[in-house]
This record gives sequence, structure tokens and C-alpha cells, in this order.
Amino acid sequence: MTTKHWLNLGVVGLLALFVWGAGRWLDEYQVRLLNNVAVFITLAVSYNLINGVCGQLHLGPNAFITLGAYTAALLTMTPAEKAANFLITPLYWPLSQISLPFPLALLAGGLVAAGAGFLTGFPVFRVRGDYLAIVTLGFGEVVRVLANNLQGLTNGPLGLKGLYPCTNLWWSWGVAVATVALITALVNSGYGRALKAIRDDETAARAMGLNTFRHLLLAYILSAFFFGVGGGLLAHLITTISPSLFTFFLTFNLLIIIVVGGLGSTTGAVLAAAFFTLAGEWLRVVEEPLEVLGLHIPGIPGMRMVLFSLLLLLVIIYFRGGLLGRREFTWAGLTRFCSRMGRHDAS
Amino acid sequence: MMLLETRNLGHSFGGLLALENLHLQVPEGALYGLIGPNGAGKTTIFNLLSGFLKPTQGDILFHGAKITGLPPEQITLLGIARTFQNIRLFGELTVLDNVLVGCQGRGRASWWQAALRFPVYLREEREYLARSRALLEEVGLAGAADDIAGQLPYGHQRRLEITRALATRPKLLLLDEPAAGLNPQETQDLMDFLRTIHREYHLTILVIEHNLRLVMGLCQHLTVLDHGLTIAAGPPAEVRRHPRVIRAYLGK
Ligand SMILES: Nc1ncnc2c1ncn2[C@@H]1O[C@H](COP(=O)(O)OP(=O)(O)O)[C@@H](O)[C@H]1O
Ligand SMILES: [Mg+2]
Repeated sequence: MTTKHWLNLGVVGLLALFVWGAGRWLDEYQVRLLNNVAVFITLAVSYNLINGVCGQLHLGPNAFITLGAYTAALLTMTPAEKAANFLITPLYWPLSQISLPFPLALLAGGLVAAGAGFLTGFPVFRVRGDYLAIVTLGFGEVVRVLANNLQGLTNGPLGLKGLYPCTNLWWSWGVAVATVALITALVNSGYGRALKAIRDDETAARAMGLNTFRHLLLAYILSAFFFGVGGGLLAHLITTISPSLFTFFLTFNLLIIIVVGGLGSTTGAVLAAAFFTLAGEWLRVVEEPLEVLGLHIPGIPGMRMVLFSLLLLLVIIYFRGGLLGRREFTWAGLTRFCSRMGRHDAS
Repeated sequence: MMLLETRNLGHSFGGLLALENLHLQVPEGALYGLIGPNGAGKTTIFNLLSGFLKPTQGDILFHGAKITGLPPEQITLLGIARTFQNIRLFGELTVLDNVLVGCQGRGRASWWQAALRFPVYLREEREYLARSRALLEEVGLAGAADDIAGQLPYGHQRRLEITRALATRPKLLLLDEPAAGLNPQETQDLMDFLRTIHREYHLTILVIEHNLRLVMGLCQHLTVLDHGLTIAAGPPAEVRRHPRVIRAYLGK
């Protein structure tokens, strides 16, 4: 093990300590916020893999999140809960009888999403650019429509209620850490180098003997897997899911996060995911009626989204590469930074 | 034994016949030139040979085996590497990374072995790194190894693109107007460079070139094209006297 590994381990240890402390001393609302932060870190980092590192404008994460959420939810619910939910059309057998522990259900959610990634990957990567964006966007819509209409599987627009809130800080942050660790390790490997080469010039990458289809498909499936797991976590955090929760709007939020963070930067995705989740809460104020200097401002629902979109515009105009560009946090970088600061102090 | 052969090769874009009846015979170890005015179909030939276009007619043989219609990445792995008329580097990667990408096409380690830093992956990476550094040293780009490829001076970008192609371990190297945009001194350096790699790496080189002087001095064989048709083929001394070449290409 090198110093770098020990430092990484140290950070994970600190995080574990933090999670432990948070579970003990923070109130329910704050814990919920931290759970949200972790889930969005998982989703954003996965999205950044395909969208930022590979440079493919994939607009369908909401499809995979839906698949993961429904799969995991249907697997953790007890047969009695399922019977209580599916009043109009009963749930198909054998799903109606199965009940699995949460971790297995999460894994299943990830695998179902990855399977969907494998199947859709073939048509998706027949095209590139705007066409790829449209195909993936369409896939997101297809899944939403299916979720609305496959009553015997999803309970339609009514959705699934009363899920057991299995998602706690250990699960959400554990998955976030695992996702960041795996994706960072992959991006910093020769495989990641190939993905970046494909982003820069796919034709040249093929001329180098790289099977670009297989590389892209892999990144797409891997991101789908983590979208699925994230969806499962989200479902057991909110405890009530319905198709209206997973519209393109969710994808758009993730897109804002990774663009503002800096397309291609995992560090940026992590920071922006945390920032947006927290800011989204704090900005709830602007959607409620306000008294400012005796002036009454009625609450405007959706105002937060307007502000976020404005922020997105500003970032795109003034910081084209996002806040971090393609820079990443590294220990070596930190050392360099500190020594530079030290020299400044000395002089 | 011919390393590369095309039989009756042709390609049309929609209705436009860009190339017709090309019978190319490139012997092993040759420095072979393709010349012809703009729009003659030279780049189209390279796109056919490297698999980026599927011929609408005819066949391509490499080492006597048909490779017609194979995808570009497979053709590269068989031993045909190319450069592009408009340089196509991985502009945001470093010079070293560009060459490393060239090395890794035949890699066996899978993605999870890479992510988990398995020995099989680490061994491959060490080998690529050693090979890339050695290549950069040989072509005189070692000092720029950590520079961003897209920010190199133009002449160095050309050289890097060739180096990256060499990293794929080709037997046949296709160079599309390597001297385009270079000044006379850089062109002279390039010629020397091409002769060196031709010798050192036991390469067969097929080069498209506008600069007649360069190509006459460099190549033992030439094929001259005009409007998709082969109008002459042979050693430079013969070709330059050919009346159709003088008429079509030299415009005299
Ligand atoms: N992708 C393409 N689609 C349509 N026409 C093309 C395409 N590529 C080349 N052409 C046409 O084919 C002919 C030969 O082009 P090219 O091979 O690039 O010529 P050269 O490299 O000799 O200058 C030209 O008339 C060109 O316009
Ligand atoms: Mg050309």
C-alpha cells in the first residue's frame, strides 16, 4: 500500500466516523438530507462517467433509476404489503410472493438496470451525438409510460406506497463511496484512458485498434447499474414511488449537476451533487410566501428550478468547463497546492 | 509476395464515383507513393484500406488474405495503421497518453481487472509505458511527453500522429499527406524521419503526398490517380515522363 492508499482509507474512516456521529446526533430531517446527498453523489458520478468521461450525451438516466427503484421496491415489500398496494390489478406471480433482504434487492435493482443497459446499448450506440441524445431521451419516456401502464407490475400511476425505509446513512454513503471508488479507479486506468480518447476523437480511437462500441457499451452498462442501485436507495428513502417521480426532470437535475461540476470531473460531480441537494433544500424558502421589508411576496412553486436553470446558464456562459473543468482532486495535487501556499507565506 | 493488393477496388458516394478499378500492388518493405490532384480519390483509398469505408466494388488483400469490409479496429490489429489528412490526435490527452492508447489495442486485461489493478493489467501497463517512452525517445518527443497533445506545435503534432500509429505495431503504415502544412525545413526533417522509421521498424509505407519533389525522392513506386482512375503506375522516373501524368497532374 502506498501513502495515497492510506490517505484514501483515512478519508473513508473519517466519513464512517461522521456517518456514525450523524446517526447519533442529527435530527431526522438532517439525516434525510445527508441520505439525499449520498444518493445524488452516486447518481451524478455514474452519469458523469458516460456523459463527461465518454462524452456521450445520454439523456435517459431516469429510465434506469426507475427500473432500479421499482425492482428493489417490489423485492423488499412483503406479500401482505404488496396485496395492500395492488388493489386494482394484482401483482404478477411470483413477484407477489417474493420478499428479499434490502441489500439483495438493491443488487437486483442494479442488475435489472444493467440488463436494460445491455439491451438498449445496441440501438443507442448505433448513433452518436444529437441522435444518441434523442434515442436515450425516448427510452426514458418509454420506461415512464410502461411504469404508468403495466398495472400488474408497477401498480400504474398509483405507484407503490409504504415501503420500509431501509435506506440509512450506512447504505447510502456506503454505496456512494463504493461508486466513487470504483468509477475513479476505472477512469484512472488504461480503460479510462481509452474512454477519454474516444471522447476526444472516436475515429482516431478506432484507428488505434480500440473497439469503441464495446468500450462505450461497458461504461453505459456500468452507469446503468449504479443508476439502478441509486434508484433502489431513493425508493427506500422516499418510501413512496410513482412514475411521476422519475420524469426527464430528474435527468435534467443530474445534467445540471454534472455540467456545473465540470463535465468529466468526478470531483466536480461529487461537490455539485452535494451543493445542489443542500441548496435545493435551503432554497425552499423562495417557494413560500415571504415578507421582505413589509413587502408581501407570494410563494412561487418551481422558483427553485428557475434559479438552478439561471445558475446553469451563468456557468455555461462564464465557466464553460464547469466549476472544476476536468480537474480532479488528487493527493499529489493537494501536496503541490500546500507547498505553493507555504512558499507564498514565506516570501 | 505482395503485402497489400487491391483488386478492382472501387467506391461511389451515392452517384459519385470517387474511385474505380484500382489495382494496387504494394510489395513488402516498399515505400510507395500515391499522388494525384485534389479530389482524385486518394483519401478515399485510405478510408477503404483502413475499413472506415466499405468498398462498393472489388477486394482488398493483406498478406494474401481478404480483409474487405472488416471494421477499422480489426484492420489496425492485423497490422495496418494510418494517419489522417487533418490531424486527429486525442487533443486533450497528453502526448504520452496518445501513444499509450496506440499500444493498448491488443490489451487482454478486462475492465474490472483494470479497475481493481490486477497483476495482469499492471504488467500490461508497465509494458505499454516502457514501449511508449522508448518510442517518444526515438522520435524526439520525449521532452514533450507530459504536454497536452492539442497544444503541440503543428510539426510535432504530425510527428506524434505517426508515432501513435507506430505504437499499434503496424506492418503497413498509411500516411495521408504527412507534409501538408510543414515548412521546407520541417518537410526535410519529415523525409529523414520517414526513412528512419521505414528502416528501423521494417515497415511498408504507403504515402499520399501533394509535394511531387518529396514523393519522387522518397518512393520507389508510384501510382498516379485522377478523378478516381489510375492513370499511371511504376517507378518515379517512368511515371514522371508519362504523357497522361504530365497532362493531368503537372498541368503542362
Ligand atoms: N464522405 C464523402 N461523401 C461524399 N463524397 C465524398 C466523401 N469523401 C470524399 N468524397 C468525394 O470523393 C472524391 C475523392 O475525394 P478524396 O478521396 O478525399 O480526394 P483526395 O484525397 O484525392 O483529395 C471527391 O470528389 C470528394 O468530394
Ligand atoms: Mg485527401
